[in-house]
Amino acid sequence: MISHPSTPRSLLLAGAFFSAFTLTAAAQQPAAPPAAGAPPAAAAAPALPPGSPLIGRPAGNEAAAKLAPNAPPPIPAAPDKLPTAKLKVPAGFNIEVYAAGMANARSLALGDKGTVFVGSRLVDKVYAIVNKDGKREVKVLASGLYRPNGIAFKDGTLYIAELSKVSKIEKVEDNLDNPPKPTVIFDKLPKDEAHGWKFIGIGPDNKLYVPVGQPGNNVLNSDEHALIRRMNLDGSGAEVIARGVRQTVGFDWHPETKQLYFTDNGRDWMSEDVPEDELNRITKVGEHFGTPFCLQGNILDPEFGWGKSCSDYTAPVGLLGPHSAALGMRFYTGSMFPKSYKNVAIIARHGSWNRSKKVGGDLVIAKLNKDGTMKSMEPFLTGFVEDNKYIGRPVDVLQMKDGSLLVSDDWNGAVYRITYGKQKVAGKS
Amino acid sequence: MRKTMTMLAFALVVASANAETIEQRIAPCLACHGEKGQSEIENTPSLGGQQAPYTLIQLFMFREKLRTFEPMNEMAKPLTDDDLRLFSDFIAKMPKPAPSEEAGEPARMQRGQALVQQHRCDTCHNLDLSGKENVPRIANQREDYLAKTLAEYKDNSRRGYDASMADVMAPIAPGQIADLAYYIARLR
Repeated sequence: MISHPSTPRSLLLAGAFFSAFTLTAAAQQPAAPPAAGAPPAAAAAPALPPGSPLIGRPAGNEAAAKLAPNAPPPIPAAPDKLPTAKLKVPAGFNIEVYAAGMANARSLALGDKGTVFVGSRLVDKVYAIVNKDGKREVKVLASGLYRPNGIAFKDGTLYIAELSKVSKIEKVEDNLDNPPKPTVIFDKLPKDEAHGWKFIGIGPDNKLYVPVGQPGNNVLNSDEHALIRRMNLDGSGAEVIARGVRQTVGFDWHPETKQLYFTDNGRDWMSEDVPEDELNRITKVGEHFGTPFCLQGNILDPEFGWGKSCSDYTAPVGLLGPHSAALGMRFYTGSMFPKSYKNVAIIARHGSWNRSKKVGGDLVIAKLNKDGTMKSMEPFLTGFVEDNKYIGRPVDVLQMKDGSLLVSDDWNGAVYRITYGKQKVAGKS
Repeated sequence: MRKTMTMLAFALVVASANAETIEQRIAPCLACHGEKGQSEIENTPSLGGQQAPYTLIQLFMFREKLRTFEPMNEMAKPLTDDDLRLFSDFIAKMPKPAPSEEAGEPARMQRGQALVQQHRCDTCHNLDLSGKENVPRIANQREDYLAKTLAEYKDNSRRGYDASMADVMAPIAPGQIADLAYYIARLR
């Protein structure tokens, strides 16, 4: 359904030369009047139209003017240029490079035969890290995809979520050298670029969970946005199970309660310190998590919150820091880490851009109370921020069969491995 | 026209393969983009003073065909990662483009300026629209190229490296693009 950048060349060239004419015509139109219902601007600048990603950003404020999203370098860092030596883990833990050279390495998934699949957002590729005869090798599994951020693996099949469709490659680990093209299983998805990239996962109910983010920083929802949907593994039987989800890029099911926990990114430009990103839990189908009316469970949105009440929405079970961009999260069920890590949520915070002093750019451990709410949050992997600048940014975490933990870094195009205790053979999984 | 441009691009790439210095290697690029940082060719951007991280991303996207324009895809095809960095760094040091000599109709300039303020273009592109890091210098870029690019971001035919510009362009009316381009090209 997506038209990949494959416009016929002649059209492209012709378009380039014709656009000047069409735009002259457009210039004859009167300027659009200011949009009705727009909120009053903070300063002298004219009001932003509804839906602008910059609503809330103060005009003429020097500190705010310095803030913009941080795009990662397009070229993956060479293995010897990775910041591994600067990364800090708690005593007894070790961190090493698992694989490098994967531009914009994002979401992670593990195959039955030990292949690690890696999605990307800013390039068109899904990678496979293959263990072959004791040597680790990175292959490009699929290319020409559009923002293939989401990947999940089940029973031999790899599921890939692009911006507006989900597809699959069956028996993928048997065909790593010559994989077939992905076949589409679900494409009834909006094509918005803003928050269009997706994380996907397969639940204990054997269903595929596919979210759709808000099509902007802070906008009213349509029925097709700000939700989590689940469907059968062939794309049939899709149903919306949660609404009011601004943008979740990581979720997992609690090992004991089997409840779905998901991270959700809070809006930009409201202030330095609120709202915080959320850790949420779905306890029943049909819950509404507040976006865009109620933020972090206890703040009514300055624009959309009028006449609303936070008590009408499901509050988060934990707060994960302002603008921290909490993305990938998995519960730790392995036996390699100390017992105190059993069933904790390990959360990758990609790190803030909409804040003067960076928050996040780390992995944190979230421990839960008996009632399933968050009890505490403590740092686990740090060192990605140096002088308030990123030298790496963690995106997703993945537990390996031996209990070690992989971490992807889209800034450097690499995956690291965290182990505990003395390792007999470093660099082997 | 397509054939001619493709052949031209190919000939230039071949010619540049054996060249030694960066000045020699970049000459074919500047044949279209302007030797002094300012392009004289329709819909072809001026490169002078462009932010190196932005140029690096664009060259990478052309090489990987994440951004489609055949002459540029051909030009970028043989370039190594180091080449991309070399060209980006060189371009950043070239003189920035100058505003056109005519000052612009005051009414249109005012409309354009109001739009730039309203949509907070300076949030990412800097107060003087000179850009920073991965966000390009747009001040005094060619008007036709600015209008074309904004329209392409608006209708999603140019997919950005990330989604920022699609997000920004969503609430901007197509009719406002011409005034934005007019003003930014003539900014003093």
